[in-house]
Amino acid sequence: MIAARPFDYAQVLYLVAPELLLVLTALFVMTADILLLRHRPLRIRFTAASLLAALGCIAAIIQIAASSASSNLLNGVLLTNPLVHAVQISILAITIVVLLLTANSHFTHHVGEYILLILAATCGMMFLAATRDLLVIFLSLELLSLSLYILAAFDKRGARAWEAALKYFLFGGMSAGFLLFGFSLLYGVSNSTSLRDIAAAVAASHTAGLNPLLAVAIVTIAIGLGFKIAAAPLHFWAPDVYEGAPAPSAALIASGSKVASFFLLFQIVALGLAPAAGSAALRHPARGWVPVLAILAVISMLVGNLGALRQLSLRRLLAYSAVAHAGYMLVGMAAHTADALSALLYYVVTYALATVGVFAVISAVEEDSASDLLPALAGLWRRSPVLAGCLAIFILSLAGIPPLAGFFGKFYLFVAALQAVPGSTPLLWLVVLAIAMSCVSLYYYLQVLKHALVASGADAPGPVRTPVLTQWVAILLALGVVVLGCAPHLLLGSFNAAVAAAGL
Amino acid sequence: MLAWTIYISYLTAAALFLLPRGVKPVLARVLALLSASAGFAIALASFCTHRTGLTFTITNIAWVPSLGIRYTLSADGISLALVLLTGVIAIAGVLFSWDIADRTNEFFGFYLLLIGSVYGVFLASDVFLLFVFYEIVIIPKYFLIAIWGSTRREYGAMKLAIYSFVGSAMVLGGIIAAYAVSGAHSTSLNELAAAHYSSHFQLIAFPVVFVGFAILAGLWPFHTWAPTGHVAAPTAASMLLAGVVMKLGAYGCLRVAMTMFPAGLTPWAHPHLGLASWRDVFAVLAVIGIVYGALVALVQRDFKFVIGYSSVSHMGFILLGLMTLNLTGLSGAVLQMVSHGLLAGLLFAVVGRMVYARTHTRELALLGPMNLNRAIPFAAVTFVIAAVAAMGLPGFSGFVAELMIVIGAWRAYPLLACAVGLGILIGVAYIWRAMQKAFFSGSSTEDAGRPTDAATALDSHITPITLPEKIAAIFLIACSVVVGLFPHILLNIVQPALNSPLFDGLRRGGTWQ
Repeated sequence: MIAARPFDYAQVLYLVAPELLLVLTALFVMTADILLLRHRPLRIRFTAASLLAALGCIAAIIQIAASSASSNLLNGVLLTNPLVHAVQISILAITIVVLLLTANSHFTHHVGEYILLILAATCGMMFLAATRDLLVIFLSLELLSLSLYILAAFDKRGARAWEAALKYFLFGGMSAGFLLFGFSLLYGVSNSTSLRDIAAAVAASHTAGLNPLLAVAIVTIAIGLGFKIAAAPLHFWAPDVYEGAPAPSAALIASGSKVASFFLLFQIVALGLAPAAGSAALRHPARGWVPVLAILAVISMLVGNLGALRQLSLRRLLAYSAVAHAGYMLVGMAAHTADALSALLYYVVTYALATVGVFAVISAVEEDSASDLLPALAGLWRRSPVLAGCLAIFILSLAGIPPLAGFFGKFYLFVAALQAVPGSTPLLWLVVLAIAMSCVSLYYYLQVLKHALVASGADAPGPVRTPVLTQWVAILLALGVVVLGCAPHLLLGSFNAAVAAAGL
Repeated sequence: MLAWTIYISYLTAAALFLLPRGVKPVLARVLALLSASAGFAIALASFCTHRTGLTFTITNIAWVPSLGIRYTLSADGISLALVLLTGVIAIAGVLFSWDIADRTNEFFGFYLLLIGSVYGVFLASDVFLLFVFYEIVIIPKYFLIAIWGSTRREYGAMKLAIYSFVGSAMVLGGIIAAYAVSGAHSTSLNELAAAHYSSHFQLIAFPVVFVGFAILAGLWPFHTWAPTGHVAAPTAASMLLAGVVMKLGAYGCLRVAMTMFPAGLTPWAHPHLGLASWRDVFAVLAVIGIVYGALVALVQRDFKFVIGYSSVSHMGFILLGLMTLNLTGLSGAVLQMVSHGLLAGLLFAVVGRMVYARTHTRELALLGPMNLNRAIPFAAVTFVIAAVAAMGLPGFSGFVAELMIVIGAWRAYPLLACAVGLGILIGVAYIWRAMQKAFFSGSSTEDAGRPTDAATALDSHITPITLPEKIAAIFLIACSVVVGLFPHILLNIVQPALNSPLFDGLRRGGTWQ
């Protein structure tokens, strides 16, 4: 259709200008680090490199904000519209925060490479957001995943990171295989790699019930992407990676990568497979991808929330809480309306902010006591009131306490899930389960705060020496969580407008 | 102007959290006292200038336009009465926690955060906003108990937090469902109450939301958080808990559950176990709560548990009053909210602050030999006054409130009203027993002419009642007496509020008498 136009390379370059900026920044940072900063102290190298990279991200944001035109290249291979821009800007903003967290690291001598990989992963996320073509999706997903595997393994001082990264890599490789298999089946059904064409072909073949090939494709794609979003039972890598990876890597895996993956999953199922949605209503279920996601959601909420109850390590607790949150978000995804998409985006972005915030606190505490166990937080209110206050805000936001962003995200997500089908509420049971499970979650979140704010920590060491930058990042993130919770419209308004403009 | 009760509390709380740690604790105390007094003054001024029967809107601005959520604060007679109560308890609570020395700034920060949110719940007239304030309350409550509490504080705090959260989760579920079903694109209480839900939906949604709120109001059998929470809490927190936080639950039942789903109170198609409607179910549960709470209070060995269970018993009166669905019973319930707020606050202050902080024990058997009526006569007198007021002595607030509830209940449920009478009798017994054992059982040994050495030695350890404590106690007693002698001050504004359009659904449902 659109592809009939002559192909214009200049337009491609213009459309990928933000990604190009990132790649150039990455190369520049690596060169500068190797040529100019090599013999400087490690901290200075990290600070300089990550600040430079953050500048590159800011430039990319400006570039995105300046080019407001919508375009669609080669039937969805490369797409720009307000929605894509909104998602890309969110991803870049999260990357900037992660880069600022990196600034005080000293776990490796390969500073340039580390920053390069962060930017490469970001680049992959941005392409993921900007495409509706299976091939480009798979390529950018691999770019993202491979970068993340290496990022997870970067701390070579201990065996934990190696083990975590190996587990991550093996699981990831397997799930990529599943995903590719599912994509090949979709191609077989539709003879096209474009999600729009696939949707048309699925609709045509859907007259006599669900095509068995399509059923296999749905399940394999759910397995492949369920791994990326850490939905149970595909979550086994998460606790180890969260625990073993260097704090900035873990933060990126837990935040930006989640935003991109959820957006991607939504696009594949709600655009490409829309006619094969099916229904997860308890009384009259219909085969399709909605029941598959509903099952994933149920298992994730149960495994995540119940698993987190027994965790003693804050990082592992966060991993299980990530599984639980993936479950909540899958409930919203099962609704697959325009409202659900903006609710999902709001949820995942605010979730990412809070999670990065917790990792900021973890990195400061670990620096001090070399432990991420909950008792290491004891007396944090005395040793570092600022960090303790910020931690309280992040954790309470994750628990969904108003007026923080996490609460409003949950509220809007559940409302969207209930309003998915006018006149009936097929997802009511999922929402009820999600609300019940969020009561369970309060227990383990309060356990964290009990250690940080209640325990006297009389035998704990003195004040936590927090790097100024980390402290400010934590404060800014906490402010963001509070402000976005009190005035959700700031973010929600732009997501709503973007979704409306892009037309689901 | 009334909205500033919320803002002043929040701003002071923020200031206290940001205060550097080296600052003298007295500054935090004075700030907290100023803030609480300002809140009380504003509430009193609004109360005096209030034109009866009028629901006046304080603020109404768009908050989340895409969902139709508005930031709406408004007040009618019921809210005003409870806001005023909150102001009184807030001042008394600060005075009774004057000597908190550990992490003073944070204590009063959490304290004012709690107070501000309580004001917010009473003033909110958007269901979403009300829920936000309602849930903010949980967090400061948890920290107040977990950090500054006593017996099994972490257990008590966690239990309280989880119970409250489960309750509010049920409320949230009901609200979201109502919002989705009504299709109103608004979360305003008036609009959601005016929306037409099917009778089937209301019969399911009403018990969910009602129980969600009633968990916090100590509805039997969901009351078990209350005694442990009260006992674990520091004095000011248990005053707030019993004084205003439990009222939040009762207020939510009346303001949200009963107005939004009035058809949920209508009879079912088929009676079960002799109960014909949710109204019967909750009335029976309320009466069980009254009698059960009183019976359990009768056998407690811990002084504070006696008061904790008496709270459960007294809250049963409020829930019963709500279920009578007549003007007498409902206004009696609101009056009982105020009355129990004042008296429970006072009782917890005597037990926690005046007795426990001085003797370091709450065992009734150990308190007896200490001759407390000699050592701290002021505490003994205060407790006697508070106790007889709570029993329902004419002249105090408890009498009017309970009388109105019993009259209302007599019209609606004659049989249950008799059971309530039994509850009142047991109430006299447990109060009498606690008073006797704690304050006056030592005097018999003295009459025998041999004051034990142990007792005199202990006397010297017991510091006299301080001035802030005296002021606060007299303040609370005075309020209770004013309400008891001039109940029409409150009734004049509460009853017109109950006749306002918001409660139309309840009246139209045919259940109103």
